[in-house]
Amino acid sequence: MFEYNFHWRPVLKSLPDLLQAGLLTLEVAVLSMVIGITIGLCLALMRMKLQGPLKWFAVSWIEVARNTPVLFQLFFFGFGLGAMGVNLPPYVIIVTGLSFNCAGYLAENFRGGFQAVPDTQINAARCLGMNSWQAYTRIVIPQVFRIVYHPITNQMVWAVLMSSLGMMIGFRELSGETQFFASRTFRIFEYFAVTAVVYYVIVKVILGSSRLLSARLFRY
Amino acid sequence: MQETITFFSGFGASDLWFLGDAALKTLWISLLSISIGTVLGVIFGWMLHEGKWMAAATIGSILDIFRSVPLIIQLVLFYNFAPIVGLSLDPFGSGVVILTIYTAALVSNVARGGIEAVPVSMRKASRSLGMSYWQDLFHIVLPIGGRAVFPAWIGVVLGVMKDSALVSVLGYVELLKASQILITRTQEPFLILALAGAFYFALSYPISRYAAKFEQRWAQ
Repeated sequence: MFEYNFHWRPVLKSLPDLLQAGLLTLEVAVLSMVIGITIGLCLALMRMKLQGPLKWFAVSWIEVARNTPVLFQLFFFGFGLGAMGVNLPPYVIIVTGLSFNCAGYLAENFRGGFQAVPDTQINAARCLGMNSWQAYTRIVIPQVFRIVYHPITNQMVWAVLMSSLGMMIGFRELSGETQFFASRTFRIFEYFAVTAVVYYVIVKVILGSSRLLSARLFRY
Repeated sequence: MQETITFFSGFGASDLWFLGDAALKTLWISLLSISIGTVLGVIFGWMLHEGKWMAAATIGSILDIFRSVPLIIQLVLFYNFAPIVGLSLDPFGSGVVILTIYTAALVSNVARGGIEAVPVSMRKASRSLGMSYWQDLFHIVLPIGGRAVFPAWIGVVLGVMKDSALVSVLGYVELLKASQILITRTQEPFLILALAGAFYFALSYPISRYAAKFEQRWAQ
């Protein structure tokens, strides 16, 4: 039945390179998440608190990010901006694309989180003599954080999985590096099987450490 | 006789037809894999609910792999694995198989959530009224649980529809691949990407709005 001979040796030889690329994948995902969380928070607040053009800017960012494929967004930042004369290196394209996408998804999560904290709590905090900043940082944010913690973890996993699209735009993170080696040795199946395992481990480590952290953070 | 051959030509009416055809291919591959995947996913979800730890250890962990490995890696892996075991699948066939399993993996979680959303007391009540197990499942659990997880299912459907763009990595000419081909020829990335993006948006946005409306009405 098997007329195919598996050759794992070239894969083993390039395993250090693959793991190095795995670190790059993590780096890209973490960076995109940090930028995505910051922008997502701003977008959520802009959508809830503001009126006029800024609100519509936030709404259209969120809806475009959520309703088009990530690959399309990456192509847009790659080819689309390239046509306007802005040629970005692959690293910047993937970080920009993923941040754009994560910000859109996270903004909706944050909005849900903020809406789950009743306004009466802010009023109560203000009555107790806190100023607006204190009310937000001490009453609202801790509760919102608890609500959005799991969505953020999920989004982090998505960011790792989506970074594999670097392969399509010529960026050599884990998938791109794998494709590079696979096309050099034609051991496509073996290389991608190992890469799949690496992704699985990365995702499990993220989920596991997030669970440990949540047990530590939300003890009360 | 023409002295120079023009490699690049402008965007014409026939290209619009080409894009439209590719858009239909995107729709077709998504429709096929979503419908089969949903049926499989509901069955898996039911097994996960009924089977306790045995099911969680077997089906659950296998489906978990499909959620933790990037779709693009799964596609490449399967496309190169099929010939090894003697299957000859074209890019479309491989794409449908992987997208179906991917959908099933996501839907199984949703379906299990739906079954668990129905209070046990309600199911006991239906059994006391003389309904058989299957009558209870189809007349009580399906309508109530289904309504509870309908928005989550829509989320999965839209996700798979957008992720179907990744089948282009195997060389299947769906919408995004078609636009890439046209970009290479016409050198007009902005117009073409905007058209492709608008198509995805026009498909995804109304459905997501409908799901949000549905969720609001259900919450009341």
